[in-house]
Parts: sequence; structure tokens; C-alpha cells
Amino acid sequence: MSNKLLDLRNISVCFDDAVILKNINLYICDGEFITLLGPSGCGKTTTLRIIAGFVNPDTGDVLFEGKRINDIPSHKREINTIFQKYALFPHLNVYENIAFGLRLKKMPEKEIKNTVEEMLSLVNLKGFGKRNINSLSGGQQQRVAIARALAVRPRVLLLDEPLGALDLKLRKDMQNELKSIQQRLGITFIYVTHDQEEALSMSDTVVVMDNGEIQQIGTPLDIYNEPKNAFVADFIGESNILDGKMLDDYRCFFSGKEFKCLDTGFEKNEPVDVVVRPEDVDVVPVEEGMVCGTVTNLTFKGVHYEIIVDIGNFKWMIQTTDYQPVGAHIGLKIDPDAIHVMKKSEYSGKFGDYSTFSDEIEEMSINDEEQE
Amino acid sequence: MKKNNTLAQRLLAAPHILWSVLFIVAPLAIVVFYAFTDSSFSFSFSNFSKLFNDGTVEVFTLSLAFAFCATCICLVVAYPLAYFISRTSRKTQNTLVMLSMLPMWMNFLLRTYALSFLLEDTGFLNNILASVGIDGVSLINTPGAVIFGMVYNFLPYMILPIHSVISKIDKNVIEAAEDLGCNRLRVIFRVIMPLSLPGIVSGITMVFVPSVSTFYISQQLGPTDFVLIGDVIETYFKSSAASSYHLGSAISLVLMVLIFICMAVMNHFSDDESTGGIIV
Repeated sequence: MSNKLLDLRNISVCFDDAVILKNINLYICDGEFITLLGPSGCGKTTTLRIIAGFVNPDTGDVLFEGKRINDIPSHKREINTIFQKYALFPHLNVYENIAFGLRLKKMPEKEIKNTVEEMLSLVNLKGFGKRNINSLSGGQQQRVAIARALAVRPRVLLLDEPLGALDLKLRKDMQNELKSIQQRLGITFIYVTHDQEEALSMSDTVVVMDNGEIQQIGTPLDIYNEPKNAFVADFIGESNILDGKMLDDYRCFFSGKEFKCLDTGFEKNEPVDVVVRPEDVDVVPVEEGMVCGTVTNLTFKGVHYEIIVDIGNFKWMIQTTDYQPVGAHIGLKIDPDAIHVMKKSEYSGKFGDYSTFSDEIEEMSINDEEQE
Repeated sequence: MKKNNTLAQRLLAAPHILWSVLFIVAPLAIVVFYAFTDSSFSFSFSNFSKLFNDGTVEVFTLSLAFAFCATCICLVVAYPLAYFISRTSRKTQNTLVMLSMLPMWMNFLLRTYALSFLLEDTGFLNNILASVGIDGVSLINTPGAVIFGMVYNFLPYMILPIHSVISKIDKNVIEAAEDLGCNRLRVIFRVIMPLSLPGIVSGITMVFVPSVSTFYISQQLGPTDFVLIGDVIETYFKSSAASSYHLGSAISLVLMVLIFICMAVMNHFSDDESTGGIIV
């Protein structure tokens, strides 16, 4: 896992004056499952297409095992792609689709047959060889696309939102399947998605992108627990992001109170963004609360309730298993390890306030993304 | 789906049905009737037996051969052109497609007539050839001129369907082919060609059918006394002899059956009916 397989250095791309990627630096290790995560238009797909060889960066180098591959066309790269809409060959049946890359390699017919059979059983499509592509369901087409790409034994597999068109249940199954295929074959996977849950559950490394820039690179745990700025904190999971001040090491100030925390390394009285995850807050009686507020909204989510609490005109989102009626006055207890302090960034103040929050709006925006 | 159409739906279809009956079914019936009757309108196969004895078979063969040549040349010229057009930007594509359609805006007879001026012994092309020292090349009144005339006149019918199919091929599929190891040429042969088969079939149909039955081109550009099957039919229908309509109809009917067979063979090659070409 330690040796660099792919290296992107100072990559920038513009399309018609619009800057798509700004100075991307990223290296990918052999055998890693890495996810490029970000909202639509953040440049993640362009990054993938640069690696695949479909887009040439305006500046910067792409290195594969230390050698510059900018000028090597995609058909000569040991990198294969699974396209968002599968892009199977409609004039060929399942068997011929999977055999396509092998035939180009002039592999003997017998080996082709063995490989195709092996791939079909890898993706649980045994006996589907003769089937017409158009007679397959979305999930089955997806599997054929995976088999077709893996058949040529790529060093790196690029996956461009491969599960976007599948329904939720199927998507969960495919996530597990992809992860286990990746672990079995030991191939480097570079996965693009806007689904943060997918990114966290599958990846070794997550690269959070926005606006053509990398916001943070880290393990799923790092990204979730130690977000670098308000964008990352908001994009990954739910976050209450408060305007605060770092009084000293281990001491921060927000919501009009001083809190103990675990963060160090800031200037004295440096303005900061403070992240508190909704699940890390304990609801307690008012007299025991470090801060107090009124419940303004309550949503039942199955495992827990999601409540919106107004504290000094800042709306917090809290997840609790106890029922709290709207209008109830409650206290909140925030432990030091529940507080994460971030340096101020261009995203400060833009995220993490639930005053305009409504489930409906969030659902609408999810649907929008899926339609793209 | 509802099987019983409402009255309004039937009324809407009425003009179309009326049109079909008046101008397609009725003329066809009349042609069949004439083909199987003699000059006294009694049933007979005499038209067909005559057809096989007076050299019409040779004319048929010649017409099919000429149409075949013209169609092949059209395909060879049109396919790369259509491919090239589909690779340009949307805007350029529209312009180029319009340019390739442009000759069709001119009357067909006028176009062919103009061609004969270009090709004649003292015409434009021969003058150019003479100025570079090549003299006395006879271009007009040759079989080649007839084929050239067919290709020139019917080329747009080949370009359009092929272009429209190629330009609709999913870009991702082409990228997937490159991704799996195809260079440019292999992408064309392994993916674009097979996927554009419906366009090729409908292009061939649209060029072959008018080529087989054309008559003006052979008269204007071909050698003296050169006749294709279209000319024979024209002669019969223009003639005042009592049996001429019957003979002309018989030939038309045979031609129709021949074309039908050719098209059936063609469509068999593109086995995917769902995207199949237009049958003229």
C-alpha cells in the first residue's frame, strides 16, 4: 500500500475560460481504494477523465509508476473505466462485451473463454453470456460493465458514479460487492461519487473536492472526525458549525460560553469555526446543561429523533433517542471530545446553521443531483 | 393499450387512409391488373413471356449492375464524409449537412442537364484537361458518365441517414472502446461501423431504389441507344401501341419484386429490426 502508483502534480484544467481544476496535487498508492467526493461540478469527474486519458490537463503532470503519461493515449494505459451510464456495446452480447478488450489483445480463444467465464462468475452473472445487453436490468448491466473492465486486468480501475442509477437496496449490495472484489483482486480503485455515505463506507482514502480544489485528503475517520474546514464538515454528515474563539490550548469559546476541548496549536484568541456533530451532544435537564435552548422542530428518523434546538438564535441540530416535544426547554452537554476546532476559511459562515433547514429542501437537492 | 379507437381517432386517420387508397393501393392494383392482362383485357401471362424473349432481361441485369455500382461508390464516398461531419462541432455539423443537402434543392432534371454540360467534349472538365495537356478524353455518353450521374444525384440520400446514425452513437461507448484498448481505426471498425449499420442499410435503400429505376440520367449522359429499365418502361408508357401499357406494367411489377427482394436481403443483414432503416 505504500508505493505511489499514480501521481497528479499541479494539475489545472480550464474549459472555455471556466476553471475546472485548480492546481490539483494527489498521489494514489497501489492497491488503494480511493474516493473522490464532492458536489456536482466540483471537478471530480474531470480528475478521473485526466487519469483515464480522455482529458489533457492544461498544466501539470500525470505520473504512472514515476513515468509521465500525459501524452500516452487512453488505449495504451493500464487503466480502465466504468462509466456512469455503463457504455456497454449494444451490438454485442454479454460474452462479447466482456471479451472485447481481450480480443484486442489478441488473446487465444481458449484463454478468452476462461477469462470471460471467470469474470461472469466474479460478478455473479454465470450463464448470462449469450444474453443481449438490452435485455438486462440496470444492475446486471452494471455488473457486465465491471466484468468488461476487470477482464483486461487493469492496474487501476476508475469508477465514475457507477451506482448512481441503481435503487437504494441494489446500491448497498453493489457497494459491498465492489469493495470485496477490490480486496480480492488487489486492484487500485479510484471511485467518484457525491454520496458521502458511499465514500465513507467503501474507501481507504477519501478526497473531498469542491470548486476545482481538493479540500481534504484523509481516511474516512479523519475526514469525519477532523474536518479541515466548514465545507468538509458540512458535506460529510451533519454538523453544527459555530463561530468561535480559541482562548488558549484546550479552551475554546462559542455560544457565549467557554468549553473544554482537545484542540491545540492555535493562536491565543484566534477566531475559529467550531464543529459539533449532532450525535455527540447529550440532552440533559436544563439545570445540568452547559447551554440551554428550546426545541423548535422534531423529526422521527427511525433510530433516533432529529431535533432542532434554538440556542441564542443559532439553530442546532441534535440527534437523540429520547422524545423531546416541540417547545420543550432543554439543556445540552457537550464533552471535550465532541468539539472539533477548525481554522477560519473561505467557507466560514456559509454552512452548519440549521435555521433554514427542512427535510423537504434536502430531499429536493438530492433528487437534483441524481438527475444529472 | 386500448384496442377500440374512438370515432375521433378514426376520423383523424381518414385522410391518410383515403390518400393511401387513392394514390398507393389503387395505382398498384391497376399496375397488377394491366400486367396480367393482354390488350383485350383478358387474363394472360403473355406480357411476362414476351418480357423474357425480347432482351428485357439483359436490360434488367444492366440496370441492377449500374445501380449496384452507383450504390457502392456512394457508400464508399458517403461513409467517411458522414463520419467526418459527425466528428465536427454541432454548429459545423449543421452547416455541413446543409451543404451536402444543397444540390437536392435544385431540380433533378436540371442538375443532370447541367452535368452533361460539364462533361461534354467541349465542356468545362474537358477544357481543364486540355489546358493541362490531356486531350480528347470522352467523358459524356459513356457508362461511366451514367454511374457518375447516379452517384452525384443520389449521394445526399446516403450521407444523411449514415450521418444521423453516427452522430447519435453514445460518446461514452466510443470512449469505452478506447479505454479497452482500441486505437482510432479499431474504434471505427469495431464499434462505429457495426453501430451505424442501420444507417448504412437505409442509405443503400435510398440510393439503390431510385438508381435502378432512373431513366433520365441514362438518356442524358449515357451512350446513344443506351437504355436502362427505367427508359424501357418510359418508352412503353409513352407509346401508343395497344399492348404497351400492359408490357410496361409487367416490367414495373417485375422491377418492384426485384427491388423488394434486394431490400429483404439487405434488411436481413441488419438483424436488429428495432433500429432498422427506412424501407422506401
